[in-house]
Parts: sequence; structure tokens; C-alpha cells
Amino acid sequence: MDNLNLIFNEVYKIFFLLIPVLVSVAMIVWLDRRVWAFVQKRQGPNVVGPFGLLQSLADALKYIFKEIIIPASSNKIIFILAPIITMTLALISWAVIPFGENQVLANINVGILYIFAVSSLGVYGIIMGGWASNSKYPFLGAIRSAAQMVSYEVSIGIIIINVLLCVGSLNLSDIVMAQQNMWFIIPLFPMFVIFFISALAETNRPPFDLPEAEAELVAGYQTEYSGMMYAMFWLGEYANILLMCALGSILFLGGWLSPIDLYPFNLIPGVFWLIFKILFLFILFALVKAVVPRYRYDQLMRLGWKIFLPLSLTYVILTASYLFYFNLLPTI
Amino acid sequence: MIPHAIFFYIFSIIAIISAIMVTVSKNTVHSVFFLILDFISISCLFIMIGAEFLGMIMLIVYVGAVAVLFLFVVMMLNVAQQKNQWFVSKENSSHIPVGLIISAIIFFELIIVIGGWKYRPELFNANSSQITNDVSNTHSLGQILYTDYIHIFQISGMILLIAMIGAIVLTFRQREGVKTQSYLKQISRERSEGVEVLEVPSNRGVKIDD
Repeated sequence: MDNLNLIFNEVYKIFFLLIPVLVSVAMIVWLDRRVWAFVQKRQGPNVVGPFGLLQSLADALKYIFKEIIIPASSNKIIFILAPIITMTLALISWAVIPFGENQVLANINVGILYIFAVSSLGVYGIIMGGWASNSKYPFLGAIRSAAQMVSYEVSIGIIIINVLLCVGSLNLSDIVMAQQNMWFIIPLFPMFVIFFISALAETNRPPFDLPEAEAELVAGYQTEYSGMMYAMFWLGEYANILLMCALGSILFLGGWLSPIDLYPFNLIPGVFWLIFKILFLFILFALVKAVVPRYRYDQLMRLGWKIFLPLSLTYVILTASYLFYFNLLPTI
Repeated sequence: MIPHAIFFYIFSIIAIISAIMVTVSKNTVHSVFFLILDFISISCLFIMIGAEFLGMIMLIVYVGAVAVLFLFVVMMLNVAQQKNQWFVSKENSSHIPVGLIISAIIFFELIIVIGGWKYRPELFNANSSQITNDVSNTHSLGQILYTDYIHIFQISGMILLIAMIGAIVLTFRQREGVKTQSYLKQISRERSEGVEVLEVPSNRGVKIDD
């Protein structure tokens, strides 16, 4: 009976986390389109519901009722598995994101490594989708995407090492608590910029959306997908973007900590601060999409390997030497 | 303890079955996917015995990087043609005896290792360091790796670097007639050298030398 209670409790917690994440994914799709339209002096989705807020729900309904087409020459099992894997991997990372002190589903010691591992698995959904479609555009998109995600993961990993040097723990809650005096964005500002750009590349956002560059590859790895399976790719992509924003705000912007530790700001619960920070980063993501033209593929690879990697490695050495020289290295 | 045992058996059964499927499945891409499943279930086993750092590193390195490259190479192969060569025709069957010999050697090595563990347990306890529960997995690993075994750690890193450079040297070739783009040149173009304004006479046009 005790075990059953425990399981019920955990399932309840998981749903309490999962449903808000899914709803906010639907909302940020709307926000993304609105910001994009705002920059280009258009209206954006404004018809369904107040301010068009229910547009994403309408889209989801449309996707659900569309027919799922599976190409005859595709590898059917992998073709169906690919969107499921993308979606699942995008959602399971949220288990370790802390929303406040002790407000986390799984407070594991290697939280940051867990997120890094899951995001490095994310490439499989795309490769599987591209290969199983057995068609040229999806395959080209999948290969581009795999190379791109593997390259930018390297620089994200090294940026994470920078933060970990200052914290001395792989636990996400510890990372946030280490920023009580100063957010890491101040000493590690160059790393924040590189992290932001790498996150754009990692989530296949413009200006690095080469895997789905519509002018060259139709829709990249999603070309053969339709109906709910396409929607799952889409949801997974946006859940990943939201996760990258959450990771950025935890690593550099102090997570759930309030920016000013004074009376009226202290009353606001940490969750809201985290949501504000995620939204701030997401609006930056959306602005970049509207403002910047797409990179060429060789430029993308050059940026990742020849600029970001040496820069972030140099910064690791600088951070380590600074901490060592002034005897600031964190102890256990 | 019972849930622990149940999960252990689930993960180990998945690991064994997928390891068998890697060799049995006829489609090479499927083999790689089973290999990935194998890696994932083994890292789950690592996490279950409390080696969470090792499990995560296994996921990041093997599944996130190595297997992606595997998949890259295998997807580029012509799978249909390969099937004919390796599994249907009688030619090229010299793979099988070589494979059998290698697997026999690995099997005997395993027997030696497990036998040694069984009959001389003091050998295995001799140089194992004390495990303390008050520091986390990552900290204790770092304390051993960067103090007692720093030279071995550094040398293994050097070996990997040499392997990487070797691979680049072996595959690198200087090709002629390749058009490259110089970013410095592209950015530092100015209006004076890029644009020319011409008076175009009506109905006659103008000849532009390329």
C-alpha cells in the first residue's frame, strides 16, 4: 500500500509538471508568432480567442484530425518512433529543472549532466525521422542537423564547465544557490552570449535552421510527416527551446532568485521569477528569428568549431586561473 | 529492495536482448539503433548501482557522440547491396571463422577475469580505494582521478589527441581547383571596388568585361 501511495504521489507530481509545460509550449508558439509579426509590422495570429491566444489549440485540433500519411517506401517502425522520441526527450529533461527551493521533481546530483545527456540524445529523433522517410530532402536535413547539433553540443559543454568551476557541484539547485551574491551573467558574460547563440543552433532555430531550411530542403527531416506526427516534432522542438531558455536562466540568470533581494520583491514566489527569465530569453529567441538572415552551412560550422570552441576553452582556462589565484575555488 | 531487483532485471534483459539483436538484425541501421538501446540500458544499470556520473558520461560520450558517428557512416552505406553481399551469397564468408575466433578469445578472457574474481578476491580488494558516502560520486571520482592517477589520465588524453591528429593526417588531401571563400575578403569589400556606375547609351547597351 505504501508503494502504491508513493507511485500515485509521483505520478501526480509528474502530471502537475507536465501539463503546465505542454500548455506553455502551446502558448510560446503563439508568442513566437506574435513577436515575429510585431517586428515585421504584421498582425500575427489574432483571430482565435482574445488576442489570438487560442490559436495554438486550434492548430493542435487541426493536426489531430488530419490523416497520418506513412510513405510506402519508408521504414515504418522507425518512421513512427522518431517523433515520439523527439517529444519524449524534450519532456523528460524537465524532471530536473528546479522551480524554487526544494521545488523540483528529481533533485539528482548530476542534474546538469542529465540535461546535457538528454539534449545530446535529441539528435536521434531527427536522424531517425530523416533516414526512415527514405527520401532525399529529409535525409539531407537529418545529416545537416546531426552534424550541427553534435558540433554545438561541444561548445555548450565547455560553457557549462565554466559555470561548474564557479559552483563546484553538478546539482542544478546548487548552481542556483551559488548565484545568491552575484548572477553568473556578470563574470561570465561572454559565455552567456556564446551559450545563447549555441542554444539557437542546438535547437535548430533561425539563423541556424538549416536542417529545415524551407528554401533549400522543403522542410528538412519533417518533409514526409503529416498530422499528429508532424505536430509532435513541432511540440518537441518548442519544448526544447523552452528547456534551453530555462537552462540559460538557471546557469546565468540566477534561476528562481529574485534580481533584487529587498522587501517587495522577496514576496514574489521564485517560480514567477524563473518564468519571467524564461520568457525574457524566449523573446530574445523570437527576436533573433525575426531579425537575422540564415547562415550558410560552412559559416555555421566555422562559427562552431573555429570561433566558439577556442573562445570557450580559453575562458575555461581564464576562469580556472582566476579562481585558483585568488583562492576562490569552491570546496565540497 | 524488490522494485530495485525488478528494474535491474528489466534493464539487464533489455541490454542482453539488444546486444544479441545488434549481431542478428540484417539491417545495419537497425543494428546501430539496437547498439544505442544497449548503451542506454547499460547506463541505466550504472545509475542503479550508484555510479550516476559514469552512467551520464556513458550516455553523453557513447550515445550522444560515438553512436551518432556510427549512424552517420552506416546510413551512408548502401544497405540493400550490403545485404546481398554479406548474408545471401556464398562469397565473403571468411568473416564467420574470424569472428568465431575473436569471440572465443573474448569468452576465455571473460572466464579468466571472473575466475580470478572468484578465487583470489584479495587481489581485487588490494588497490580499490575507500568509498565514502558523505561526498558525491563526482567529487570522489575527481579526487582520485586528478591526484593519484593524474599521469595516466593525462597520457590517455594524449593518446586520444594523437589518434585524432592521425585520423586527420590520413584522410587529409590537398585538392586543386577548389574555390574557397575568404571571410576577410568578403567583409572588407568596399563600394569603390565593388560597384561601378556607368552611363548606358540608349538602345546600344554597354559591354561589361567579366
